[in-house]
Amino acid sequence: MSIFEMYDNRPRKAWLYALTSLIVVGLIVWSAEGIEFNGITNKGTEVAYGMVYGLLHPDTSMLFSLSKEAVPYLLFQTIAIAILGTVFGAILAIPVSFLASENIVGRPIAFVVRAIILLIRTIPSLVWALVWIRVTGPGAFCGVVTQSICSIGMISKMYITAIEDLNTGILESLDAAGCNTFEKIRVGVLPQLYANFISTTIYRFDINIKDASTLGIAGAGGIGAALIQAINSRRWSIVGAFLVGLMVLVMIIEFFSTRIRRKLATGE
Amino acid sequence: MKKVSLFDRIFKPEHIVLANGHTVDRPQSRVPFIAGAVLIVIAISIMLTGFDLRIIIERFYQLSAILGKIFQPDFSYFNKVVGPLVDTIKMSLMGSVVGCLLALPFAILASSNINKNRIILGAVRFVLGIIRTIPTLILASMFALVFGFGTFAGTVAIVFFTFGVVGKMLFESIETIDLGPFEALESMGCNKFEAFWTACIPQILPTYLSHCLYCFEMNVRSAAILGYVGAGGLGILINERIGWRDYHGLGVVLLSLFVTVLIIDQISTQLRRKLS
Repeated sequence: MSIFEMYDNRPRKAWLYALTSLIVVGLIVWSAEGIEFNGITNKGTEVAYGMVYGLLHPDTSMLFSLSKEAVPYLLFQTIAIAILGTVFGAILAIPVSFLASENIVGRPIAFVVRAIILLIRTIPSLVWALVWIRVTGPGAFCGVVTQSICSIGMISKMYITAIEDLNTGILESLDAAGCNTFEKIRVGVLPQLYANFISTTIYRFDINIKDASTLGIAGAGGIGAALIQAINSRRWSIVGAFLVGLMVLVMIIEFFSTRIRRKLATGE
Repeated sequence: MKKVSLFDRIFKPEHIVLANGHTVDRPQSRVPFIAGAVLIVIAISIMLTGFDLRIIIERFYQLSAILGKIFQPDFSYFNKVVGPLVDTIKMSLMGSVVGCLLALPFAILASSNINKNRIILGAVRFVLGIIRTIPTLILASMFALVFGFGTFAGTVAIVFFTFGVVGKMLFESIETIDLGPFEALESMGCNKFEAFWTACIPQILPTYLSHCLYCFEMNVRSAAILGYVGAGGLGILINERIGWRDYHGLGVVLLSLFVTVLIIDQISTQLRRKLS
């Protein structure tokens, strides 16, 4: 067959494309109905202008002061919340993910534990924070506990993949070489898991930093509480200072976390 | 000669003489140092956050009481959940569509293999990076002041978030495409746009759609809480139920969110599997 014949006989899926686009357009029209645009509020333009102005003229005294209400302290608190939340979450996720791996405990138990993990993941972190606040009272402590629980969901999902990919041939050869259980875990299991575990944990830390900055809205400490207060009282230069601090922090952390994870993945 | 790191110069590697006379160096373990640093960081964090395990143990009954109520949902409340739930889906759908469409041209501009202008490249990437750093909830609370409380503010916040995330994922995949067909078409006399449209778009499209679906999944989850700052959707109910301490009602809200997310995740996973 010549090229032109091939081209004429190319698979035609016109009706499939038409149907798909019809469904997509239908969905878009349906969703557009639900979004009521009431125009800009009468102070809207003023607010928008204030935001841009505030971002370009952040309050430098807030940005560099060392008091407890200023940006550096709140950012450090946010980092501390994220660190503790990630570490505790990662530790709690280890037993959970072993219990949810089919090659360790078998199908039925793994299924139940996975359902619990899914449940933890679906409840938004803000709701966890609002519930935990009854236990811990408002403050950074609440943020730590919330993140420890929320992190379990995603971290254990990644851990499970690593555990189910374990190469059991290594354990057999260690058996043949006469190793005891402890030695088998030390040289047969841990080296297969630790790079993946650390990489997952660092990735979660990255997410937790952003999350910790919003949890403050629910009263869970960190920079969020002060930021939302400044937004609601429309002090835009202070909002600008907080946002600039947050942006710099997130970008630095993202940069290092990507680098470290690349190093862990390639070993170089 | 291999470069000796500073660490190995301070802590000399152990020399081991093998039976055949060769020597090997065994570098000192770095684990104690890393573990020490991690412990110090954790100790400082505990001081900064006021973490106290005793409070959790003493007051844990509070949490179990609330969770117990959440797991006994009051289904008569479901009628009031439907409206905001549909709003949440509409917000995330609309936000995802607009955000994904906006992201396409900017992602192309941010790909180093297509855009050779370093200044525009850097500027676009910087903007994408900046937008991703601002949490959606903060964006929503600011837009709620501009556009008034309601679903529109939430939709705009989702548009921004989607734009940042899809833009980044997309330019990373554009950078891995094969530019051979593009060059071939250019050499046959097509202009840049024609060449891009016929040679690159078919390569990008499946990944692009897959990123969009993935982002839509995330958006449904995040749109659910935007109402907490007044931007429409389920969050309004979550805020209200918790404020009134009606945890049976909260249980229904969370359960319906759970089922919705599950269904959307399933559909989107199926579609994405077909795309790849």
